[in-house]
Amino acid sequence: MSDRIADVWGARTPHPRDTPWPVRVDTHLDASVAEEDVDRWVQSACVLCSNGCGCDIAVKDGRMVGVRGRAADTVNHGRLGPKGLYGSWQWSRTDRLTRPLVRDAGGELVECDWDTAMGRIVERSRQLLATDAGALSHAFYTSGQLFLEEYYTLGVIGKAGLGTPHMDGNTRLCTATAAAALKESFGSDGQPGSYSDIEATDAVFLFGHNMAETQTVLWMRILDRIHGPNPPRIVAVDPRMTKVAEAARSTGGVHLAPLPGTNQALMNALTREVIHEGWLDEDYVAAHTLGFDELKATVEPYTPEHAAGICRVPAEDIRRAAQIFGTCERVLSTVLQGFFQSHQATAASCAVNNLHLLRGMLGRPGCGILQMNGQPTAQNTRECGADGDLPGFRNWDNPHHVQQLADLWNVDPLIIPHWAPPTHAMQIWRYCEQGSIGLLWISGTNPAVSLPELPRIRKILGQDSLFTIVQDGFLTETARFADVVLPAALWGEKQGTFTNVNRTVHLSDKAVEPPGQARSDLDIWLDYARRMDFRDKDGAPLIKWSDPQGAFEAWKECTRGRLVDYTGLTYDKLRGGSGIPWPVNEQAPGGTDRLYTDANFPTHPDVCETYGHDLLTGGVLSAQEYRAKNPDGRAFLKAAAYVPPPESPGEDYPFALTTGRTVYHFHTRTKTGRSRQLRRAAPGVWVELSVDDAQRLGVGEGDLVRLESPRGTMQAPVRIGRGRDGVVFTPFHYGYWDQTDTDGATPGDHPRAANELTITEWDPVSKQPLYKTGAVRVTKIADAAGPSPAPTTTASAPAGPDSVPPTVGDPDADVREHPHATAPPQPPRQPEASPEQPGSAGTTTSATGSED
Amino acid sequence: MHLATYVGLQHAASRTLADAFRQVADGHAAEPDVHSLCHTLARMSDAHVGRLAPVADRYGEQREDEPERLHADGLSRTRSGGVGLLRDLQDLYTLASFVDITWTVLGQAAQGTRDRELLDVVDTCKTDTQRQLKWLNTRIKQAAPQALIASAATT
Repeated sequence: MSDRIADVWGARTPHPRDTPWPVRVDTHLDASVAEEDVDRWVQSACVLCSNGCGCDIAVKDGRMVGVRGRAADTVNHGRLGPKGLYGSWQWSRTDRLTRPLVRDAGGELVECDWDTAMGRIVERSRQLLATDAGALSHAFYTSGQLFLEEYYTLGVIGKAGLGTPHMDGNTRLCTATAAAALKESFGSDGQPGSYSDIEATDAVFLFGHNMAETQTVLWMRILDRIHGPNPPRIVAVDPRMTKVAEAARSTGGVHLAPLPGTNQALMNALTREVIHEGWLDEDYVAAHTLGFDELKATVEPYTPEHAAGICRVPAEDIRRAAQIFGTCERVLSTVLQGFFQSHQATAASCAVNNLHLLRGMLGRPGCGILQMNGQPTAQNTRECGADGDLPGFRNWDNPHHVQQLADLWNVDPLIIPHWAPPTHAMQIWRYCEQGSIGLLWISGTNPAVSLPELPRIRKILGQDSLFTIVQDGFLTETARFADVVLPAALWGEKQGTFTNVNRTVHLSDKAVEPPGQARSDLDIWLDYARRMDFRDKDGAPLIKWSDPQGAFEAWKECTRGRLVDYTGLTYDKLRGGSGIPWPVNEQAPGGTDRLYTDANFPTHPDVCETYGHDLLTGGVLSAQEYRAKNPDGRAFLKAAAYVPPPESPGEDYPFALTTGRTVYHFHTRTKTGRSRQLRRAAPGVWVELSVDDAQRLGVGEGDLVRLESPRGTMQAPVRIGRGRDGVVFTPFHYGYWDQTDTDGATPGDHPRAANELTITEWDPVSKQPLYKTGAVRVTKIADAAGPSPAPTTTASAPAGPDSVPPTVGDPDADVREHPHATAPPQPPRQPEASPEQPGSAGTTTSATGSED
Repeated sequence: MHLATYVGLQHAASRTLADAFRQVADGHAAEPDVHSLCHTLARMSDAHVGRLAPVADRYGEQREDEPERLHADGLSRTRSGGVGLLRDLQDLYTLASFVDITWTVLGQAAQGTRDRELLDVVDTCKTDTQRQLKWLNTRIKQAAPQALIASAATT
């Protein structure tokens, strides 16, 4: 038995390069239940990070009582992380919403029945649609945690029922840059690489990606290579001393800790080194890319010394990192929030794609790119158009793509909003602030804690001009502002599919009944569509399905002929074995492990998802300009000079602020905060300062400090950590729902949400907000009452380890780990032939993993 | 020589455009993307002013009375609200278009006189101006429906 609070990654199962990752089955049950008492195991996959680990839910007496990793799943080979083990079902017996709520005459939220709640929504909806603003008065702000079937249904309601361009998800905050960078470089969203690249690689570059905390099972996969013979070298780009950064040191790699807001300068220097040292695959560049000359000219000024001055890292480290990238036979890169949530996010993420293109390191085992996601179903928000994009990776600027959807849905193409890029989340909130959006429907997310500049968000949510619907499992901070609150069924209480970072689709079956009158998000939207009586061109109901499987079948038709091809999948096919990575079709019935094995990219103008953007401004290229480049199948090397962030430390606000995560919590802790183990492990917010900065400020471990930015203030006890000087870190998970000294929605006298401080700014291309760059000042306000509550097991470990008791689980944290329980599963095998179809470039076939 | 007049014209217009971008940036500071990008694009036009300076020195910017009539006007003051933003972006678009076509005019003349320095300046600066126009076009397209159809009279 192991305590996976104390031992986050569990026991090692080391193995050499080009051998399969061994199985280790992790099981955790409620302390009162033994394995033989479990009534049944229900197949699912974990939704507490973006990794997408296959798991089975233990059910006893109609309740979820445990979870076990699926040995047969290619994603996790049986393993689960601490959030999945301790946080996947434990919330289910707590303070759930069980009945709809509406405002009474006195302004209080009171319980009501579904008819009353939906009646109010439909009444307001019809009223607003009858105004001049029409559908432009309606906006939807959804999540990265619902199921594919729900997103697709919402997408069709928004695009073909109402016809509003105002639809986005909190995926704008977590994964928009992954999508944007893939579109800019390769013509379409779609993850090029595979997790199986870890088994084959010689070096892993983690760009702004603290994988050890954000995707613990993926990190276990890397750890098992690191602990085996011929381990890969790790290169970490992160201002904090994460476990990834420690691994960089121990494997002979490099830890680059650039100042927040300087990623693009670093990337340009790495690119310049690779070019100047001649580490190019010139044949690949000539045959399969466009834009080399401009890239070369753009990066030319960024000598290692020049970038070192901007990033404040040693020039020699830049050279060494470039050398590893330039000379290893196989390199795998991963990219996450350190890049995605900074300014120039898309430019820096494209720069990672560029490095792989320059070296021809794509589509082969060990040579992958993983532009990561933050949330378990973020990929589906992107695929289904719930982030505003057109479903099936279609191009809003291509009339043929719009016509395809109009035909599929049997509607007039004019109703489908495609006259401009979809309205991104930050702009939706701005329209709400200005009063031109009058109805905001929020589902499965908690913007009153997770959006930047919370004082402003609370003000908008409180505006009389805005009718707010919140659909959630709990009475979140956001729900407390709502006009109507709808109780939603959560994971395990409903059926649906979702897709992880490496395109693997999982089915999550319903294990138990939802509490009280709670309904799935799908059922709620189907009900709305029925009540609104949305019709197609022939007067038939617009939404032609009534359950998850019906929605899935409809979605499959939407993907036919596109890169994101689901046509070969069925619910039955997803049961029993492993999740399956798309495209899945006649050519690749078992799915596709990695894309672009033939370097044929979906950039043909008739196929591509975007005509591209200017990375500096986000200005959109026209169809004509795009066609003139004649990209047909070639990838783009996109270049951008470095520009400074919109806010840098200065006299008034001398510290750079970066916000982030801890391994024990997910998002605003609506689930993880209701798990006893996870709550004990990371009970409250903290602020990390470097040893020298703390000394200069006269602050000790656990002292209470106030952080102030031009927008707001928060306070928290200090962890004297191991980060770089001049940088302050604080986790963004903590809000007010569980604070007894507040009203559950607002800070009162004890502001502790990191987003009280953050800035309302976004990347010009992906529109992802900036959570990693900002400026603050730090003031001590009280002496310590003990050490800060920051966990000691990860990047938040104290500089002086003896001063703080170690983070451990309680006796009920026991997890059974069963290494080598079965033979490892194999990734999908390469189909017989790679079909060459004009106009469908990019639906490439898989190479087998290295395990053959 | 009228080329000198046109060099002076573009020198002044670039300065006017830079100022206008800054004016819109600050007048619409509540739109974060407009605020930060207009400042970025203003710096781009500042750089054009700098690039043109040696050329203008060489030709001697002519300050004759008549060419003053040719000069592009800047923005008087920014407007407010959704429609105001739209209209201000349109003003910037008009001004940037003037600068854009003036690069074309200068480029033609520079070829006629085989002025490599001016040709080089035109070549880089025109690309920047088209970038400015591209962003303005994108942002105007985005703003138009909401501003014209959905925004209340006061916004």
